[in-house]
Amino acid sequence: MSTPDTAPETVQVPEVTVLFAGDSGDGMQLTGSQFTLATALARNDLATLPDFPAEIRAPAGTLAGVSAFQVHISDHDIFTPGDAPHVLVAMNPAALRAELATLVDGGTVIVNADTFVERNLAKAGYDHDPLEGDDLDAYRLIRAPMTSLTKEACKELGVKPRDAERSKNFFALGLLSWMYSRPIEPTIEWIEAKFKGRDLIIAANKAAFNAGHAYGETAELSDHQVIVRPAEMPAGTYTNINGNTALAWGLVAAGQLSGLPIFLGSYPITPASDILHELSRHKEFGVTTFQAEDEIAAVGSALGAAYGGHLGVTTTSGPGMALKAETIGLAVSLELPLVIVNIQRGGPSTGLPTKTEAADLMMAMYGRHGESPMPVIAAKTPADCFDQAIEAARIATQYRTPVILLSDGYLGNSSEPWLLPDVDDLEPFPVEFASGFNQVDEEGNEIFWPYLRDEKMARPWAIPGTPDLMHRIGGLEKEDGSGNVSYDGANHAHMIAVRAERIARIPVPDAEVCGDSDADVLVVGWGSTWGAIAAAVRRIRNGGRKVAHVHLTHLNPMPANLGEVLSGFSTVLVPEMNLGQLVRILRDEYLVDARPVNKVTGQPFTPAELQQVILSELGDDT
Amino acid sequence: MTDTLLPEGGSGDVPPTTRADWQSDQEVRWCPGCGDYSILTALQLLMPDPGVRREKTVFVSGIGCAARFPYYMDTYGMHSIHGRAPSIATGIATAREDLSVWVVTGDGDALSIGGNHLIHALRRNVNMTILLFNNRIYGLTKGQYSPTSEAGKVTKSTPMGSVDHPFNPVSLALGAEASFVARTIDSDRKHLTEVLAAAAAHRGTSLVEIYQNCPIFNDGAFDAIKDRDTKADAIIPLVHGEPITFGVPAEDGRATKGVAHDPATGGVRVVEVGDGEGRLAESELLVHDAHNPDPSVAFAISRLTDAGYLHTSPIGIFRQVERATYDDEARAQLATAGASSDADPAERLSALITGADTWTVV
Ligand SMILES: Cc1ncc(C[n+]2csc(CCOP(=O)(O)OP(=O)(O)O)c2C)c(N)n1
Ligand code: SF4
Ligand SMILES: [Mg+2]
Repeated sequence: MSTPDTAPETVQVPEVTVLFAGDSGDGMQLTGSQFTLATALARNDLATLPDFPAEIRAPAGTLAGVSAFQVHISDHDIFTPGDAPHVLVAMNPAALRAELATLVDGGTVIVNADTFVERNLAKAGYDHDPLEGDDLDAYRLIRAPMTSLTKEACKELGVKPRDAERSKNFFALGLLSWMYSRPIEPTIEWIEAKFKGRDLIIAANKAAFNAGHAYGETAELSDHQVIVRPAEMPAGTYTNINGNTALAWGLVAAGQLSGLPIFLGSYPITPASDILHELSRHKEFGVTTFQAEDEIAAVGSALGAAYGGHLGVTTTSGPGMALKAETIGLAVSLELPLVIVNIQRGGPSTGLPTKTEAADLMMAMYGRHGESPMPVIAAKTPADCFDQAIEAARIATQYRTPVILLSDGYLGNSSEPWLLPDVDDLEPFPVEFASGFNQVDEEGNEIFWPYLRDEKMARPWAIPGTPDLMHRIGGLEKEDGSGNVSYDGANHAHMIAVRAERIARIPVPDAEVCGDSDADVLVVGWGSTWGAIAAAVRRIRNGGRKVAHVHLTHLNPMPANLGEVLSGFSTVLVPEMNLGQLVRILRDEYLVDARPVNKVTGQPFTPAELQQVILSELGDDT
Repeated sequence: MTDTLLPEGGSGDVPPTTRADWQSDQEVRWCPGCGDYSILTALQLLMPDPGVRREKTVFVSGIGCAARFPYYMDTYGMHSIHGRAPSIATGIATAREDLSVWVVTGDGDALSIGGNHLIHALRRNVNMTILLFNNRIYGLTKGQYSPTSEAGKVTKSTPMGSVDHPFNPVSLALGAEASFVARTIDSDRKHLTEVLAAAAAHRGTSLVEIYQNCPIFNDGAFDAIKDRDTKADAIIPLVHGEPITFGVPAEDGRATKGVAHDPATGGVRVVEVGDGEGRLAESELLVHDAHNPDPSVAFAISRLTDAGYLHTSPIGIFRQVERATYDDEARAQLATAGASSDADPAERLSALITGADTWTVV
């Protein structure tokens, strides 16, 4: 390599989106995450989108085996992992073939040139070498012989060539770190910590990383260094957080705020398992995690723990929700607190287990037998998962009801900078268990009625071990007040009304209109579509057009002012990662002509997609 | 943290109670003659004994006739959903070390819809006592065959006879490595009470199969082991440390039948006892060892149960061994982790969320 005689030229851009793509075995998730961390430490705003196949190791080199990680970096506040990537790092032909179409026109393609050999090309379904033909004419192509340069860099270290080859993702990371002026130290430190005790691997990864960095720095790429200036962000301490970790931490916080030990009953399922993993590591907070034999036992154990006075939680994804339905119905009848978390994924059945979708709203709202209303809330960003976990626990314990918290695979795995809250500012919601008699019988004896309601219409939470309050509860209909089994039809009708009313009366914050309240078009979203809607709305308003956005966190009950808000707009658009579920509920509840905007490809909406939809609704103004 | 919230009670002497204290004010609504009555009575008579507090006792049931049981006990109780009581009880027992947790279940509830939960509770050895009321029929749904009904059984759903092969609940429990497995009979108050007392005292999951007559839909299912004339030959009583003998006694009072190892199969077999051709001396019989860590012999004994109409059945405690319990170990992990830091909870929470890579914007 020659040394450049001039310093590399730099260009400054407001934002850039990089897509790392390679074989499942190429370590792309790791590379992407580390690039993200370096980005966070460079003070950019960021958002990430991991995208991996359902198979752990699909046949190497095939399209099915491509694993990708997208990072959006910017010098301003952003809401999504970006529209089309500007840079594609393709570690093999399959990655190039799978992802090229997503790249912006004129974008940069960086390939590991060593992998473009006949065998790999054939596995990827190429009948020619795309690096040689005109396939990539519309892009800027950088051919980096990553494998051979990595081996070369590791030669002196005594690492076997096969092992050295495994470090090639660090070459890519080094190259990208140079291109986007990421700090080097955090990655070096991270390599040393992550592979502690395995000195040869540390040496190889560092050598590969440095080689990639040097490759960028030297003549080959001297005109390509890009600077994304730090974003202006509110003062405070930040960490880069994904939704599942935030949700787990939110549950830990909820335990502290309620004063209750947490009991998580869960059965592994993508993309929810990471919450089980994270909570299992925090027993010091009095968190019990129980890996049950199935989802039915998972929710059953959580309900049992709730009866025993713990904050019962169960976490799962769609198929698990289906299994839990009967027990959730029991929890509705027992009026016990329970938090049920659904990290939604593509369905029905196993569907697209590693891809995102938000098609379980109807199931959350109505997917039980009998009249069984219960609160439903949804998180809107990765960091919001922390707040909504607390909110779910608050509603559950204060109103003695099961609560469904909806998130999805995209929120669960994506990350963004999170301005850490001051723990002391979190509002406690201490729980009081029943401790004495609450009724007098005909003979004047003091007795306990398990279904006597307080001003919130919540029944007493009398936990076993409390003297005098022995009582039996169950799924059979009971007489209001005494809780005794009752087969009386009129009482049943009364209890159905009571159960409906007590949920409907739970106060939730008003819907807030963001953007132009005098616009014609209102976009109503729920869950993870927040980022794409907010970004699209901002772009449109920056372009001088009017549009408004309402995002629903509380889906049952809905904000009291929602009907009034909806009636203020002539057009209501409802983007959803399903075929139109919230839109039906809104049409049904509020008699508005809300219209669906749907996407069910396993990928979240991009701002550009929604921008286009909204603009076409607004009509050509020029 | 848990301790501060736990209600008082459980400390100091347990106030003496009588049967009446354990009876709830609810009218018992099983059919006349149902075996469930005698089990309820036996338990209500037993409960004042072990020095247990009523408020520390929880009965959890699934669905079925048997599952109405908790309503009749003046303790804490939950009548839950079909088959799931062991899961709910696992949550209660793991969350609350101080409680005595009981599960009441039927043969359909425990072995059909709830079979999975049952075997997992048994293998985990969670602190609970499971009473399996086996009437070999679905009572509450009015008489369909159950997973313990004999092959060929004619019921509403099997007019030409059932072609299902039945479970032997004791064999199943032993296969799941349960630490306490017993079988008893609704009509034998003394035996029932003894077995229930031993089950309650056992640390870990105890499974007690109780043969329970359903006079409405499966009357007479246990006649061979209840009938004065046949029961001596039908019941094989298991007493720890004693040779296994049964049968109508000989004139000299000695046993006529016994159980011995079977060299041909590696299992056990019923043998004639006494002097003479083909008979074994009592000293050659199998001595019952409920504490044997290896469940194989207990399993072999359980296979002496007649899978069809019950002509023979071993009765008693098959297995009673010490084994670590899931909930004790889970709580121990919590205690260890809790002792790892003496920071107050808010500090810990703060340390948790700031513990990852952070950066500060000023
Ligand atoms: C999910 C579900 N499926 C079916 C039923 C109907 N069901 C109630 S009890 C029962 C069988 C009970 O048999 P068993 O457990 O032997 O109890 P028994 O009535 O004999 O005491 C069935 C099938 C139900 N309640 N719930
Ligand atoms: S149906 Fe059978 S088991 Fe059920 S209560 Fe009547 S007699 Fe008992
Ligand atoms: Mg039965």
